Amino acid sequence: MDLLSWTGTFGAYLNPLLFAIAGLFAIFVLAQIVMSFFAAPVTLKSNPDGTLVARGGALGLVEMLVGWLLTLLIATLVLYLIAGVLFPMEKTGIIGTILKRFTPVWIALIVTYAISIKFKRRLGLYGKLFDSTVGMIGFGIVMFWVYTALFAGAFGMIATHGPLEQISGMKNKVPGTALTTDGLFPYYLLGGDNLARDVFSRMVMGSATVIAIAPLATLFAFMVGITLGLPAGYRGGRLDTLLSFSANLILAFPVILLFYLLVTPEIRETGIPSFMAAFLFAFPIAFFAVLVNSRFHTQPAKRNLYLGVTLFVLVWLYLSLISQPGTVFNFLPGFPIDLFNIDAGLLTVFVSVVFVNSPTVFRIVRGLTMDIKTRDYVAAAQTRGEGPWYIMLWEILPNARGPLIVDFCLRIGYTTILLGTLGFFGLGLSSESADWGSTINEGRKLMQVYIHPVLPPALALLSLVLGLNLLADGLREESLRD
Amino acid sequence: MGLFILRRLGVMLLTAICLTFIVFFLTNLTPNLEKLAKTEASVRMTDDQVVTWLSNRGFDQNIFSRYGQWIGVLPGYVIEGTDGNVRARCAPAGADIATAPRFCGVLQGQWGYSTVFKDDVLTLVSKRLSLTGWLMLLVMLVMVPASLIIGIMAGMREGSKLDRTLSTFSILTTATPEYVSGVIFISVFTTTAVGLKWFNGSARSAMEDITWVNFTLPVLTIALYGIGYIARMTRASMTEVMTAQYIRTARLKGVSFRNIVIKHALRNALIAPFTVIMLQFPWLLNGVVVVETLFQFKGFGSALVEAAIGNDIDLLLGISVVSVFIVLVTQLISDIGYVFLNPRIRIS
Repeated sequence: MDLLSWTGTFGAYLNPLLFAIAGLFAIFVLAQIVMSFFAAPVTLKSNPDGTLVARGGALGLVEMLVGWLLTLLIATLVLYLIAGVLFPMEKTGIIGTILKRFTPVWIALIVTYAISIKFKRRLGLYGKLFDSTVGMIGFGIVMFWVYTALFAGAFGMIATHGPLEQISGMKNKVPGTALTTDGLFPYYLLGGDNLARDVFSRMVMGSATVIAIAPLATLFAFMVGITLGLPAGYRGGRLDTLLSFSANLILAFPVILLFYLLVTPEIRETGIPSFMAAFLFAFPIAFFAVLVNSRFHTQPAKRNLYLGVTLFVLVWLYLSLISQPGTVFNFLPGFPIDLFNIDAGLLTVFVSVVFVNSPTVFRIVRGLTMDIKTRDYVAAAQTRGEGPWYIMLWEILPNARGPLIVDFCLRIGYTTILLGTLGFFGLGLSSESADWGSTINEGRKLMQVYIHPVLPPALALLSLVLGLNLLADGLREESLRD
Repeated sequence: MGLFILRRLGVMLLTAICLTFIVFFLTNLTPNLEKLAKTEASVRMTDDQVVTWLSNRGFDQNIFSRYGQWIGVLPGYVIEGTDGNVRARCAPAGADIATAPRFCGVLQGQWGYSTVFKDDVLTLVSKRLSLTGWLMLLVMLVMVPASLIIGIMAGMREGSKLDRTLSTFSILTTATPEYVSGVIFISVFTTTAVGLKWFNGSARSAMEDITWVNFTLPVLTIALYGIGYIARMTRASMTEVMTAQYIRTARLKGVSFRNIVIKHALRNALIAPFTVIMLQFPWLLNGVVVVETLFQFKGFGSALVEAAIGNDIDLLLGISVVSVFIVLVTQLISDIGYVFLNPRIRIS
C-alpha cells in the first residue's frame, strides 16, 4: 500500500479553502489590533429613527468580518471532521483518519455540551462556565483529553495499536506509512518511533497516564494544604509560624534538585518515599474525619455511624495504598484484603509531586482563611458557640471555594508540567511508559533527524495545559461576576 | 527597616541551614554511601569491606557531626583506619596530616572533590556558574522587557482587542513548559525535515563563543515560559492601577492617554512585577536544567544532572549550596525591594 498523505484526495478541495479562510482571518485579526490603536472605539450608535446600531465605523465592520470568518473557519474544520468520519481513509488522509479514530470523543463532547448548555442555569458555577467563551474552549480541550483517556485507557478504543507493540520494519517511519503485516490497523498514522512503536497510539495512551495521575496528585496536595492551611490561618501564633516556615522551606528548594534527590533507586531502598506516602496520604483521612465529626458531634448516634463508615472505607483504602510487597510497609496479605498495589516508581513520582505542590496550596488556603475569618458570619458562628473545626471546615472553607477551584485547575496544569519534567529527565516512571514526558525524552535523542515521534506528545501536553489554564481563566471570570 | 532586614536575615540563615541539612541527609543515605564505596574502591567489595571502607573515611559518624564538618564548624575527622593508615578529612591523599588545618568545610572554601568530573568542586561550580550566568543574563534581558511591555500594553486598555490577543499569547506561553517549547523550536528552526535551519539545535559551541546562531533558541526557550507569567502579573497590576481614583482625576484634568500611562500609571504598576521577577530565579534554575540538557550546554544545570546520575555527593552538595543561596538572596532582595519601592509600607 502507498504512503497515506496528510489530507488525502479530499485535501485537494478542502485545503485551498481552509488556507484562504485562515489567511484572511489572520489578516483581519491583525488589522483589527492595529486599528484598535487609532480608530475610535466601537460603541452603540443611535440612529435618528430611534433604533440602535451595535457596531459602527471601519473597526466595527472589521470586527463583524472577523466574526464571520471565524465561523467559516470552524465550519471548514468541521467539514474535515465529517469527511473523515464518513469516508474511507485513503480519501481523507491522515488527518481525516485521526479525526475518525476520535469519534467516541466527539460524540461524548457533543453530548456533554448539549446537556450542560441546556441545563446551565441549574448547574451553579459549572453552568456559568458556559457563559464564557474562554471557559468553554478550555473546558472543551480538557474534556477532549479526559474522554480520550477514558476511552483509550478503559475501553481500548481510539488507539490503533498497542502502546508497546513493535512491528518490524516500522522503525522511525514517517507519518502515514502503511504496515506490511496483515490483520492490524493498516497504517502508522503519525509514524513509528525509535523502537518501531506507533507514535499516535502512544500519544493517546499517554493521556491515560497523565489524566490519571495529575488530578489525583493535585487533589491530595489540596487535602494536605487545606488540612494544614485552615488551622494555620485561623489560629495563627506558633502553629502558623512553624507551618509557614516549613512551607517556605520546601518552596525555596529548587524543584528539579528535589526530584533528583527523591526519585532515585537508592532512596527507594531506604523507604523514604513509602514513609512520605504514609504521612501525606494520612491527611485525607484526618480531613474527612474532622469534617464529619465537627458537623455531627452534637448527634452522637449519627456521628458514630457516619464517622465509622468514613473511617472504615478511608483507612482500608489507605492501608491498601501504602502496603506494598517489597517495601518497608508490607503488612496486608494478598489481594482480598490489600485492594491494590501501585508500582513503586509511580508511587514515588506521585508522592514527590504532592510534596512539591502542597506548600503552595497551604499558602493560598492560609491567606484566604486569614481574610475570611474577619467576616461577620464567622463571628456569628463563634457567638453561637461552634467549635473551631466546625467554623474552619463548614463556614470558612465553603466560602473560600471560588479561588480554590480556580487554583485547582491551574495546579492540575502545573502538575502535568511537573510530571512531564520528571518524564523528560527519565525519573520515576519506567522508560517504556507512554506518558508524554517520557515519550518526549525518548524522541528528543533523534530529534535532528526525525521530528515526528517527539512533536505529537509535546503538542498534546501543551494543549492539555493550555486547556486547563483557559478553563481556570473562565472560571475566575465567572466566579468574580457574582 | 534595619530590624526588618535583620529579622529576614535570621530567617534566611535558618532556612539555609535546614535546606542544606536536608540535601546533606538525602545525599548521604546508606545506599548512596554504599554505591560511592563501590564506585570509588571496587565494585566487587563484600558488604563487610564496604563498611570498613566507609568507617575508615569517617562516613559512619553521626549525620549531625558530619554535617558540621562539611559546613566547617566542627573539626574534620582524623581516623586511624583498620588498615593502619591515618586519614584526615582536611588532608588530601598523600598530604601531611600534622600540618593539615583542623577545619575544612564549605565556610573555609573546601567544597570537596567531584568524583564524576575529577576536579575540585568549588572551581567546577564557579566555572559552570559563569557559563550559566551568560544564559541567565541574556534570558533576563529578553524576558523582563518583553513581559513588561506585553503586560503594560495589555493592561492599559482592559478588554480591548490588543488586551485579548496579548493575554491569549501569555496564556499560551505559560502553558508551554521549556521541554515542549524547546522541542518545537528545535524541530521548526534546526531540522532538515522543516528545512529552515536558521539556528543550531545544540548550544555546545556557545560555551566558547556565544553567537546569534547557537544561543538564540536556548535563551528564547527559557524566556518564553517566564514571559507569560510575568506579563499576566504586570497586566493584573496595570489594570488595577488604571481603575484607581488618581488616574481618573488625571483623565478629567485632560492629561493625554500616553502621559497617563507613562507618567502616572507605570511607576505604581511596576511594584508588583518587581517581586514576581525576583521570585522567578528559583524557577529559572529549573528551566536552565531542562534547557541545558536539551541543548547540550555544559553549564550549572547539566552539572546538577550529571552529579545526580553519577552519585557525586560533594558536587551535588556544592550545587545545592549555590542554588539555595541564589533562591534566598533573591527572596531577600524582593522583600526589601518591595518595602523600598512601596511608599505606603516604607514610610509607616
